[in-house]
Amino acid sequence: MTNAFDLAAAVRSGEQSAANALAASYAAIAARDDEINAFLHLTKARAQAQAAAVDHKVAGGEDPGPLAGVPIALKDNMCTRGEPTTCSSKILEGWRPPYDATVIGRLEAAGATIVGKTNLDEFAMGSSTENSAYGPTRNPHDTSRVPGGSSGGSAAAVAANYVPLSLGSDTGGSIRQPAALCGVVGVKPTYGAVSRYGLIAFASSLDQIGPFATNVTDAALCLDVISGHDPMDATSIPVPLTPTMPTLNDGVAGMRIGIVDELMGEGIDDDVIARTNEAAQALVAAGATVERVSIPATIYGLAAYYLIAPAEASSNLARFDGVRYGQRVEGQNVAAMNVATRTAGFGDEVKRRIMLGTYALSSGYYDAYYGKAQRVRTLISNEFQAAYKNFDLLLSPTSPSTAFEIGAKSDPMALYMCDVCTIPSNLAGHPSMSVPFGVGDDGLPIGVQVLAPMLDEAKMFRAAKVLEDAASTTPEASA
Amino acid sequence: MSDVLPAGWEMVIGLEVHVELATKTKLFCGCANAFGDEPNTNICPTCLGLPGSLPVPNAQAVDYAMQLGRALNCTVSPSIFARKNYFYPDMPKDFQTTQYEEPTNEEGFVVLPDGTSIGVERAHIEEDTGKSTHLGGGGRIHDATATLVDYNRAGVPLVEIVSHPVMHSAEVARAYVAELRDILLATGVSDARMEEGSMRVDANVSVRPVGSTELRTRCEVKNINSLRSLGRAINYEARRHVDLWTNGDEPKQETRHWDEDGGRSTPGRSKEDADDYRYFACPDLPPLVPTQADIDAIDAAMPGLPAARRATLAEAAGVNVADTTLTVERGLDRLVVAVIGAGADAGAAMKHADQNLSDGQGELSVESFAALIAMEADGSLSSTQVKTVLAELVANGGSPADIASLMGFEAMDTSELESLLDSIIADSPEEWARFVEGDRKVQGFFVGKIMKATQGKADGKVVNQLMTQKAEG
Amino acid sequence: MSGEISSDEVAHVASLARLRVADEELDTFTEQLCAVLETAAALNSLELDEVPPMAQPYPLANVVRPDVIVPGLDRDEVLSQAPQAEDGRFKVPPALGEAP
Repeated sequence: MTNAFDLAAAVRSGEQSAANALAASYAAIAARDDEINAFLHLTKARAQAQAAAVDHKVAGGEDPGPLAGVPIALKDNMCTRGEPTTCSSKILEGWRPPYDATVIGRLEAAGATIVGKTNLDEFAMGSSTENSAYGPTRNPHDTSRVPGGSSGGSAAAVAANYVPLSLGSDTGGSIRQPAALCGVVGVKPTYGAVSRYGLIAFASSLDQIGPFATNVTDAALCLDVISGHDPMDATSIPVPLTPTMPTLNDGVAGMRIGIVDELMGEGIDDDVIARTNEAAQALVAAGATVERVSIPATIYGLAAYYLIAPAEASSNLARFDGVRYGQRVEGQNVAAMNVATRTAGFGDEVKRRIMLGTYALSSGYYDAYYGKAQRVRTLISNEFQAAYKNFDLLLSPTSPSTAFEIGAKSDPMALYMCDVCTIPSNLAGHPSMSVPFGVGDDGLPIGVQVLAPMLDEAKMFRAAKVLEDAASTTPEASA
Repeated sequence: MSDVLPAGWEMVIGLEVHVELATKTKLFCGCANAFGDEPNTNICPTCLGLPGSLPVPNAQAVDYAMQLGRALNCTVSPSIFARKNYFYPDMPKDFQTTQYEEPTNEEGFVVLPDGTSIGVERAHIEEDTGKSTHLGGGGRIHDATATLVDYNRAGVPLVEIVSHPVMHSAEVARAYVAELRDILLATGVSDARMEEGSMRVDANVSVRPVGSTELRTRCEVKNINSLRSLGRAINYEARRHVDLWTNGDEPKQETRHWDEDGGRSTPGRSKEDADDYRYFACPDLPPLVPTQADIDAIDAAMPGLPAARRATLAEAAGVNVADTTLTVERGLDRLVVAVIGAGADAGAAMKHADQNLSDGQGELSVESFAALIAMEADGSLSSTQVKTVLAELVANGGSPADIASLMGFEAMDTSELESLLDSIIADSPEEWARFVEGDRKVQGFFVGKIMKATQGKADGKVVNQLMTQKAEG
Repeated sequence: MSGEISSDEVAHVASLARLRVADEELDTFTEQLCAVLETAAALNSLELDEVPPMAQPYPLANVVRPDVIVPGLDRDEVLSQAPQAEDGRFKVPPALGEAP
C-alpha cells in the first residue's frame, strides 16, 4: 500500500486516480476484514462521490488538497452525517447522525475519502476493543490477539494496510496503546488542538482525536490537516498550531530528553524496557542527551484517571435515554423506559464506569473522589511542566506489554493497568505519540512513547522521525 | 389582608424568578430564541444534545445577565458553568448547564415602591428545558398516557433570580415581582411576560411564629402563571402550613404544583429519590471572567431604573414616592422633572401626566409643555383649550402659542369680554333683569351668547365672574 | 476513605444513573467497583489542600460567540431517527410528576 504522502502527490499529479486508490482500499478490506473485523460499516457511496470530486478537480487543474485521494478510516465515535455511528454500542444501533464532526469537513476539504467506520471498545471505554457490542477486532500481526483499545479498529485498519491513515480518539491512551500493539504510529495531540465537535464524548476534559499512520510523515501530514481552532468547540485552542511537516527532518541534535523513571520499572515487561532503552540510544546517536527523570506524581495517574474519566462519562452518557435517538426498550413511564433502555443497551464496562463516575460525583463523596482527583491532576501537570524546564522531550514505553490474547484479561483492573504510561499526558493535556520500535521476545510490535510540552508537536515529531529512521535500520527492531 | 394567617403566625417567602433573556439566539447555539414556532423547528445538534455536540456561550446573553445583575445591585464576578445532572424527557442531555458555586451575580437588592428593600441572593445564568405536553388524562401529568416533547425552548437563555427569604406577605411578593418586571423592561434584557412564560415565578413558602427567626420546613410551589395566582398560591400554602403545625403535624418538604382552577396546591414529584444533582464544573465551557472595565461599561450604559426614577420625581414634585408610580411606569418622569425644573407648577405637570398623557409624550417637548402650563396658570387658555393644545403638541409638536393662535384660542382680553357682555346685556335687558334678581337659570343664556360670539374662545370662568360683578355692581 | 462501596450503594448509584443491576450481578459489580476505589485510596496519602483542582488542561476564558442566527437541523431528518414521534414532537411514555 502506498503511503499517504506519496499517494496524495500521485493523485494531484494525475498519475493515480482517487477512484482507483479507493477501490484498492475496499478490495483489501474485502479480502481480510471478515477475519480482522476492523470495520463496522463502509461508507462507499460517500467515499466514491468524494473520490470522483477529487479526480474532477485534478482534471480541471485545481489542487484537491494535501490528502488528495487518500482513503481514511474513522473510529465509529465520530459523527458522519447520514451514516451509521454506533460507538460500538447497542444503544446507538441504527443511529445516523444529522451532522458531520468538524474533522470530517477538514479531511474532505483536503481531498481525503472516508472509507468507513471502525470498531472500538464501547463508548471508547477499554484497552483491547473486546468491549465492542459487535465483536472484537483482531490484531493483524497475530489474529489470536487484541489490537489494543479503545481505537483498535482504526489501528488495525492501518496495520492491515487497508488504508494509509485512520483517526482514533485518545482519552487515557486509546490511540497510542493500540498503535504500539499494532506496530503503527499513533498520535494524541495537545488537548484542544483538534476539534472535539462531533466526537461522541467519553471524558470531555481528556478526549482528543488523533491520527494512526504507517509512518511518521503521514501522521504529521494528517495532524496538520485536522488540527486548528474550531468556533464550534469552546475548548479549542485559539492560537494556530505550529505545523509539524516543515521541521520533520530537523533531527534532535542538542535536545535534552528525559526517560520517565516511574514508567520504566515495576509493571513494565523487560523486553519493552529494553526497546525503550534502545530508543534512547538511538536518540543519543542522533545528537540528543538522554537521562533519567523522576516524575513522582505519575504513579497516581491511574487512580486519578479512573475517577475523573468515569465521572465525566457518567454525565456525558446520560443523554442515551431512549427518547430522541438510538434504541428504545419500552416502559410504563419514561423513567422505567430509561432504565430498561440503558440496561439493555449498555455493556458491562460502560455500566461499571457510569456507576463509578456517578458515585465519585455524588453528594458526600465528591470531595474525597472527584474533587481529590482533580487536585492530583494539577499535581501531575505541575510536575510535567517542571520537568519540561529541564528537558525538551520525555520518553517512555507506550504499553507495559505486547498484544495479549483475546480473552486473556477479563479482570477490569488488569485492563486498566494497560494505560499506566499513557494516562499522564491525557491528565496534563500535553501531546504524546507512539512510534513503533522493534518487537518483543514474542515477535510482536513494541512502541515507544515520545512526550512533549503543550503545543510542541513539531519537536515531538522530530524525535519520532529519528526513532523511525533508527528502527528501520536496526535488525532486531524491524517488525 | 391581616387575616390571611391566624394570629401569632407569619409567613416567610422566598421567590425564585426565572427570566428568559431577549437574545436573538439560544444560550449555547445559534438557533433562534423564538416563542410560538412549529415544534422542533429551532433545533440543532447542540440544543438537541445530540452525541458529539458542544456548547458555546452567547456573548449577548452573558452581557444581558451582567446588566441584569447590576440592575439588581449585585456584585458581578468570574463564573463557572456547572452541570446539574438529572433525568427528564424535556432535558436533551439529561443534565442542565447552569451555574452553581460561582454564579455571575451575587448579593444584590430590589427596592419596592414603598421603599422596602428585598435582598437578592444570586442571579445566575442557565439554559431552559424543552416543553412537554401530556396526552390523555386531560393534559394533567398524573393521568397521562404519553408525553410529547418539543425542544424549541431547550437552550433558551435564562437568568434565575433567587431572593433571600425575607418577604412576609403575598402583597410584598407581588410588589417584588412587579418591580422586577419593571426593572427588566427598563434594561430591555427580557420582555418578562408571566403569561407567555418569559418570566416564571416559583414561591418557597414556610411559616413560623411571629417574633421567631427560625426557618421551618418550606415547600416550593410551581406553576404560578400570573401575579394574581402568586398571591393566591402564597396565601393558600401559608395557611396549609399553619394548619399542619397547629394540628401537631408538619409540612413535608416537597415541590408542590399550584392548581389555579382548584385554588390549591397539590404534591408534585416525591422526594424519596431525593435528587443528588452531582454538580461539577462543565468541562466543555471555560470560565467567564468579566473585567472591571466590562462592569464599568455596563454601569455607564445603565438606563434609569424605576426605583431611582421614582425617588427623583418624588423629590422634584414634592410628593410621596408611592404617588409617582404611574408616571414612572408611563415613562413620563423625565419630562415632568424637566418641566418642573423649568419653573412649571409641579401639581399641574403631574396632573397632566396622569390624566392627559396616557399614550405617552409623543412629540411634546419640555419647553412647550412648560409654556403650556404657564398659559394655563395665567388664564390665557381655558382648561378645555389646554387639553386640545396638549393633544396637538403630543401628536405633532410645535409651540403652544402658535397652536393656540392657529386654533383661534387667542387669549381674550377681559375688557374685550366685558364690552361684549355689555352689548349682549344691552340686547337682552329682560333676561339681564332676571339674572340680576337672582335667576341663575338664565346664566346659561348669556354664557351661550358669549361663546357663540367668541366662537368658544371665552373662558367660561371669567365670564361668570364678570356677570356676577356686574350684577352686584 | 477506605475505598469500600457497599452493594446497597451500588444499587443506589445505579438507580441514580437509570440502570438496573440484576441481583446476580450486584455482587460482581460491587467487587469490581471496590477494586477501583481501592486504587483511589492511594490518593489519601497526598497533601492536596494547597493544590487547586484542575478544570482545564489548556486554560481559556471568555470563549463566546455572536448572537447571530445560524441555520439548524431539518425536523424531518431528526424525527426520522426518533424511536417514536407524533405531531412533530418526540413521543415517550408518560413522565411521572414535574421536573425538579
